Amino acid sequence: MSLVLARIQWPERIVAGDVVKVRLLVQHPMDTGYLQDLLGKVVPRNVIGLLTCNLGSQEVFRVEPSSGVSANPLFEFFVRATETAEMSVQWVDDQGNKGSLQQTMTVLPQGSR
Amino acid sequence: MKPAPTQRRFWLQQSARLGLLGVALQAWPSLAQKMASGQLMSFAQMVEPLTQGARLLRQDVKLVAPVLADNGTLVPLGVQVQSPMTAQDHVTHLYLLSQRNPVTRMAVFQLGPWNGRAEVSTRVRLAGTQEVVALARLSSGEFRYDQMEIIVTESACVDAS
Repeated sequence: MSLVLARIQWPERIVAGDVVKVRLLVQHPMDTGYLQDLLGKVVPRNVIGLLTCNLGSQEVFRVEPSSGVSANPLFEFFVRATETAEMSVQWVDDQGNKGSLQQTMTVLPQGSR
Repeated sequence: MKPAPTQRRFWLQQSARLGLLGVALQAWPSLAQKMASGQLMSFAQMVEPLTQGARLLRQDVKLVAPVLADNGTLVPLGVQVQSPMTAQDHVTHLYLLSQRNPVTRMAVFQLGPWNGRAEVSTRVRLAGTQEVVALARLSSGEFRYDQMEIIVTESACVDAS
């Protein structure tokens, strides 16, 4: 088991047809390339350049952050849930490091209480 | 080496050159980063490269952010767009633009009808007090925006700008 670098969260109970809020937190320093470390050396730029979220086979969210996004970026977005599917998140940063996260979104059939 | 009387003049010239070099070196980083600290981009400069003359209206978009942010390294920004998010009429792109940051386009989101609601929030870095613009591109090719001034007491670029 590797280190988990991201967390994704949505409501516990989702009924088909619901529009749900998804919260995604990625652990990443997002070094801007403008700041220096304690020894006065410039920390090279290393930010996430592209992050995508796929729900099942559909890409539901794509963001291109820059150095203007805070360290440990948090993204909140909405998605319409129709059926139980796997949410998979992928990202890649300037150093070519790739990260990913998979989590199954369980959706109750319509009309269930 | 030249004879003695010209030596003093030679060193004077050299030291003047060194001084000029020093000035050039000091200006170098800000040029390289195109930061031009203290110079604010106008609204047109921020938005024109994206809209390219398309219709732009200040409506339907709401930017939710604190009026005063103590720390520029973490400012929560939320954007809500009034849109039915149907296949015919939805928001395709959402841009967060900064007036003063070295990188104007802070984040670009791509949305579609599968989102159900055109609402996104994140946390950004701001290099000082400035206007922040949320620009939404609709599927019709038109643009909607909202802007807001955020007062930042401590810049995110403390030791570079």
